[in-house]
Amino acid sequence: MQNMKSKNIRNFSIIAHIDHGKSTLADRLIEKTGLLTSREMHSQVLDSMDLERERGITIKLKNVRLNYKAKDGEEYVLNLIDTPGHVDFNYEVSRSLAACEGALLVVDASQGVEAQTLANVYLALEQDLEIVPIINKVDLPSARPEEVKQEIEDIIGIDASQAPLVSAKKGLNIEAVFEELVNKIPAPKSDDKAPLKALIFDSYYDSYKGVVSYIRVFEGTIKPNMEIKMMSSNKHFEVTEVGITTNKQIPVKQLNSGDVGYVVASIKNVKDARVGDTITDYNNPTETPLPGYKKVIPMVYCGIYPAEGEDFNTVRDALEKLQVNDASLVFEPETSVALGFGFRCGFLGLLHMEIIQERLEREFDLNIITTAPSVIYNVKTSEGKILSIQNPTNLPDQSEIEYMEEPIVSTSIMTPTDYVGAVMELCQGRRGVFKNMEYLEETRVTMYYELPLNEVIYDFFDALKSKTRGFASLDYELKGYKESELVRLDVLINGELVDALSIIVHKDKAYERGRKVVEKLKEEIPRHQFAIPIQAAIGSKIIARETVKALRKDVLAKCYGGDISRKKKLLEKQKEGKKRMRQIGSIEVPQQAFLAVLKYDE
Amino acid sequence: MKKLGIYIHIPFCSNKCYYCDFVSFPKFNSEMDKYIDYLLLEMEIYKKLLDEYTIKTIFIGGGTPSYIDEQIIVKILEYIYKNFDAKKVEEITIEANPETLNEDKINLYKQIGINRISIGVQSLSDKLLNAVGRRHTTKDFLKSYDLIRKAEFDNVNIDLMFGLPNQTVDDCIETLEEVIKLDVDHISYYSLILEEKTLMNRWYNKGKIVLPDEDIERQMYHNGINLLKSNGYKHYEISNFAKEGFECKHNLLYWQIEPYVGFGISAHSNLNNKRFWNYKNFKDYYNMLDKRLAPVCGEEKIDKKMEMAEYLIMGLRLIDGINKDEFRNRFNQNVEDIYYDTLIKHQEGGLLSIDDERINFTAKGLDLSNIVYVDLLP
Repeated sequence: MQNMKSKNIRNFSIIAHIDHGKSTLADRLIEKTGLLTSREMHSQVLDSMDLERERGITIKLKNVRLNYKAKDGEEYVLNLIDTPGHVDFNYEVSRSLAACEGALLVVDASQGVEAQTLANVYLALEQDLEIVPIINKVDLPSARPEEVKQEIEDIIGIDASQAPLVSAKKGLNIEAVFEELVNKIPAPKSDDKAPLKALIFDSYYDSYKGVVSYIRVFEGTIKPNMEIKMMSSNKHFEVTEVGITTNKQIPVKQLNSGDVGYVVASIKNVKDARVGDTITDYNNPTETPLPGYKKVIPMVYCGIYPAEGEDFNTVRDALEKLQVNDASLVFEPETSVALGFGFRCGFLGLLHMEIIQERLEREFDLNIITTAPSVIYNVKTSEGKILSIQNPTNLPDQSEIEYMEEPIVSTSIMTPTDYVGAVMELCQGRRGVFKNMEYLEETRVTMYYELPLNEVIYDFFDALKSKTRGFASLDYELKGYKESELVRLDVLINGELVDALSIIVHKDKAYERGRKVVEKLKEEIPRHQFAIPIQAAIGSKIIARETVKALRKDVLAKCYGGDISRKKKLLEKQKEGKKRMRQIGSIEVPQQAFLAVLKYDE
Repeated sequence: MKKLGIYIHIPFCSNKCYYCDFVSFPKFNSEMDKYIDYLLLEMEIYKKLLDEYTIKTIFIGGGTPSYIDEQIIVKILEYIYKNFDAKKVEEITIEANPETLNEDKINLYKQIGINRISIGVQSLSDKLLNAVGRRHTTKDFLKSYDLIRKAEFDNVNIDLMFGLPNQTVDDCIETLEEVIKLDVDHISYYSLILEEKTLMNRWYNKGKIVLPDEDIERQMYHNGINLLKSNGYKHYEISNFAKEGFECKHNLLYWQIEPYVGFGISAHSNLNNKRFWNYKNFKDYYNMLDKRLAPVCGEEKIDKKMEMAEYLIMGLRLIDGINKDEFRNRFNQNVEDIYYDTLIKHQEGGLLSIDDERINFTAKGLDLSNIVYVDLLP
């Protein structure tokens, strides 16, 4: 297997919009090559994190090697490199695509081409990949395969006439996918004699082996005992194991050019084996690294604090453990007056943030409180200093600010024409600047808007989905910074400023946001023994106010025939609820109240 | 000899009231004789275990114990007298509904030694009674009350409820005034609790009935307390009022965490630092007894920490609260050494009143007792 000539190797990814059936197709390919029997198959084997399977999305990519005997009688090695399907992970997608020669483009036969389909296709085209369209879900009554083929040709401009019509779910016509794959996607170029040049497209931490990196070898060979060097950092390590991944990791003597596999080199931290970096031979280095490496920069920040009774150090340990596997997660300690000691964490995007939160809660069983997400603002002070602010608390007094800048993203929103009005209304409401609109076909358009990132992170995606009945799709990338009139909106609970609830908003939005935040908090904060005023303020000026009425009754009138256990159970339930609260002054605030500032409720 | 309370559960009634989630089976007359046989069998199993106890109180509850044939009640009590030490029993209560009582029944209760009758009246408004599924009228109650007094029962309790659908503060006060005029010895004045599996809860969730809002409901409670107090009733527990010397001795055992044993399906016991409870259905209850096993389906061991918490939680239900010396005598520790933070917090918050001798709820604390209880739980 190891000495498979590179002409019989195919390295490929599957790209698709969320829900178009990428993971199901991957499952089917794995199953058909007999790597796993269907009994062994969990549904969607590549999405091994629970969270991924629940959300139906792939977060961390992985790869798997399949063997296929084609109709031409030859044995092929097919390396499937899975990619994350969400806009937050664009960079990771681009690196795994860079490891391939081709990509299967899965398009839902009912939904047709969507914004992320396009975004991923463009990423694949940038890498000069051969794109093989596959029409999936043809078994559904709403399927319109011929129209969708036409769409692919019209919108993307690639030939879809040969596209196999499949149902990954039912296992229909999967053979055709293999044949297209073998025939259309080129074999990798190979040069075993050249100095080593290999691309890291994923790394994770294994508690026994240390960091395991998935790599694609472009030139040269790699084997155990070899000294290797990371070209971005010049750090060097000794290889202890190389191998390939089938249903498990199988060590091999050597990986050759064209191969996809894994390497272990007693690396302690994934930061030293970053996605996109080039590995070379320490003693015989290649001259230039593979193109495209960049250190990913967090776009969204929020505070993560231990909830009542949770320990600061256990939260730190958990974050460190997650970071070992996720070089794009950054965090540093910070202190909040309201919440005490915690961490400011940076994420690639909102989804990434939600995933980290959920993993902390599920995998580490932690009770945490998350503050409202923030983007990074540039602040020019009257003294001429430029500050970079990602925590609203650190914003200087208004009088000391000369001007502020906020990040702007270019977004493309693909929607049926019926919803153009609704999308425009939404974008304008979010301070969007209309750029352009392209008709993809008679009934569908792509709208281009420039939007402040701080508007996009507040519930924009949910609002877009609800205003278009789920039909619109969104893609965005950072465009740059723009001067803007921004203010800090503070929240006072029972007269006390709760720094963890402060947000930076545009001046024109402050009143509306303030009113919504206090209304929402009124619903979330349980009644206490006394009435609690909730106020929104800009500086010392109160702009909105609500009151949580005093609790008048919290009593069990009767105890039933000596059944004290039942009474205690009720009290224990009440106590359990209190654990999810955070004490601020004399007020108990539930965790979800901190998310109140997050949701627009449009 | 240690003192003990006995609870007997009679799981039968004429019909289910709309708010009721007790274990009771309406009109299941065919089951009664069999049930009583097993009930006696259960008592037999405990004979040995209860050797070292003398019975202080007996409480026959339900269901509606007065619904079943009075001879069955006789049979039960005779069994107890014969097999346990009941020489010094101070209080024997039976729960009764007005429409099920008659002169013979009442007289027989008296003869067999019952010395306290607890009548489920709930309200003296026929409209409200009808609305919550009660089968009696005010007239029925007055008639049976008269018979009870004629039979020379000198310790009578009346259960009343407030916070019923469409009930007004005036309704409550009128009912209380009537009851006071009748010179009853003990009044339980309960706030309606909507239990999950009841008809009433379903109606409430569907919006079919409207309950008084919280402020009105508290007015019913506070005004009721004032009225009863000014008429010579002592407010001695969150929901209970009595003339001097007429506090319910059996319930005091619950509130003071003293031992008691419950017989019958779903009955609860507290004995030897253990709380345990019986099966809730006839089948499992019978099956266990067929094997001569106690029909217990669950238990909770009470360690010292939990016992102290229970002692405070239940003890604070009493208006006089708990006595610090009694706490020290029972646990060999000062209550303030253990619960200092909680006690201070709620004293400052105005829910607890603490002096050299006692700890008890303030008026506000009685309305918000759960807030304190949650902090007392271990």
